[in-house]
Amino acid sequence: MRLRLLPAAAFLLAWCAPAFAADAAATAWWVWPLALFAVSFALGIVAVLAGVGGGVLFVPMIAGFFPFHLDFVRGAGLLLALSGSLAAAPALLRIGMANLRLAMPFALVGSLTSIVGALAGLALPTAIVQTALGTTILAIAALMWRSKRSEYPEVAQPDRLSALLGLRGVFHDPATGRTAEWRVHRSPAGLAAFAGIGFLAGMFGLGAGWANVPVLNLLLGVPLKVAVATSGLMLSIIDTSAAWVYVHRGAVLPMLTVPSIVGVMLGAGIGARLLRTARAAVIRRFVIALLAAAGLRALMKGLGIWP
Amino acid sequence: MAVKPRDPQEAKPDRVAEQQEAYAAWLTAGTRLGLALLVATFLAYVLGVPAPHVPIEHLPRLWTLPAHEFRSATGAPSGWGWVALLGKGDYLTYPGIAVLGLTSLACFVRVAAALAARGERLFAAIALAQTAVILLAASGLVSGGH
Repeated sequence: MRLRLLPAAAFLLAWCAPAFAADAAATAWWVWPLALFAVSFALGIVAVLAGVGGGVLFVPMIAGFFPFHLDFVRGAGLLLALSGSLAAAPALLRIGMANLRLAMPFALVGSLTSIVGALAGLALPTAIVQTALGTTILAIAALMWRSKRSEYPEVAQPDRLSALLGLRGVFHDPATGRTAEWRVHRSPAGLAAFAGIGFLAGMFGLGAGWANVPVLNLLLGVPLKVAVATSGLMLSIIDTSAAWVYVHRGAVLPMLTVPSIVGVMLGAGIGARLLRTARAAVIRRFVIALLAAAGLRALMKGLGIWP
Repeated sequence: MAVKPRDPQEAKPDRVAEQQEAYAAWLTAGTRLGLALLVATFLAYVLGVPAPHVPIEHLPRLWTLPAHEFRSATGAPSGWGWVALLGKGDYLTYPGIAVLGLTSLACFVRVAAALAARGERLFAAIALAQTAVILLAASGLVSGGH
């Protein structure tokens, strides 16, 4: 019950924020980092329970309902996604769930295009980026609603590139006791997909777990748990390059960034503990609704319907 | 999907795991250092020790501006210009951000060396290329902030 109240409280807080935002300059400065911390904390909980990164929820929610300019929200979103993925990756690497060899070629392409995306995002007019962000978030919500997952995809034949790179492995799942070989197919299509993912991550300051996992799992044929863990590792690489562009362009404000990072990381810790007892399907539906609302708000803000 | 006992495929994953272990160790160290620096310096910033470049109470009317207008309005630096302002509370937090942004770079340098030593030239080249991409972004050459 308490678990359900936390995200609901965050949502309410975010919904009330425009009332403060209308006269943001008159509101005491300390209200904003505290509100950011509270909302980020709740987002951290639901993000873990719904199996998405914090960035994809953070950017549209904060850009839609707080007074900060989109440039600073995207800078904070990238650093938040980066911090979370950096913190989680070592454990996933050590238990063999994340695969460095699998991540390297795709993350290389993604990190290159994330720089281009960040440069484009900071060069384009805010209304265009806001509209594109709203459209992208609505598409992500639809993707999450319809997406299927495959625990152990069937890969009949690895393609030539993946064979050359040796993209295969042996995965032991301690939960089921099952040990399975995996290999990769359609890697050229995977490289193209990660080029697009990197661009969007850089442009909107989103973590890209929502796209990494389906591409690794459904397109490339990687077992689901390896895909989820490797996605986190890839995020830490892809977001690093884009984050530097935001730092150099002065789009990182510590007053926004640090409370958000601390809030999401503490929330994610609580979320991980609740993972065993939470009703993941319900939380996932709640997150999809949250994304749809935030995407709609971003779209209306970008189109000037609800500034 | 074939399900087999682990032994026949052990050799390859174990070799990778060794590099993964090194990568994970460097990642752990960099992330802990970066986050600790970030939180400690942020506390100093909000306590006003040392005084910030942009007064905190002015932020609510400035953070609604696009980044380039914020820089014009406050004289905030771009690129690595923040290094000259490390004595100011707001820019004191930047080393923590820089450590987080350079952690993956350090990991890839370490992994590239390990892969080269093993004769895995292709993956050593990929690791070096990744190092170059992060260096390019961090240098500010592409974002006009060098």
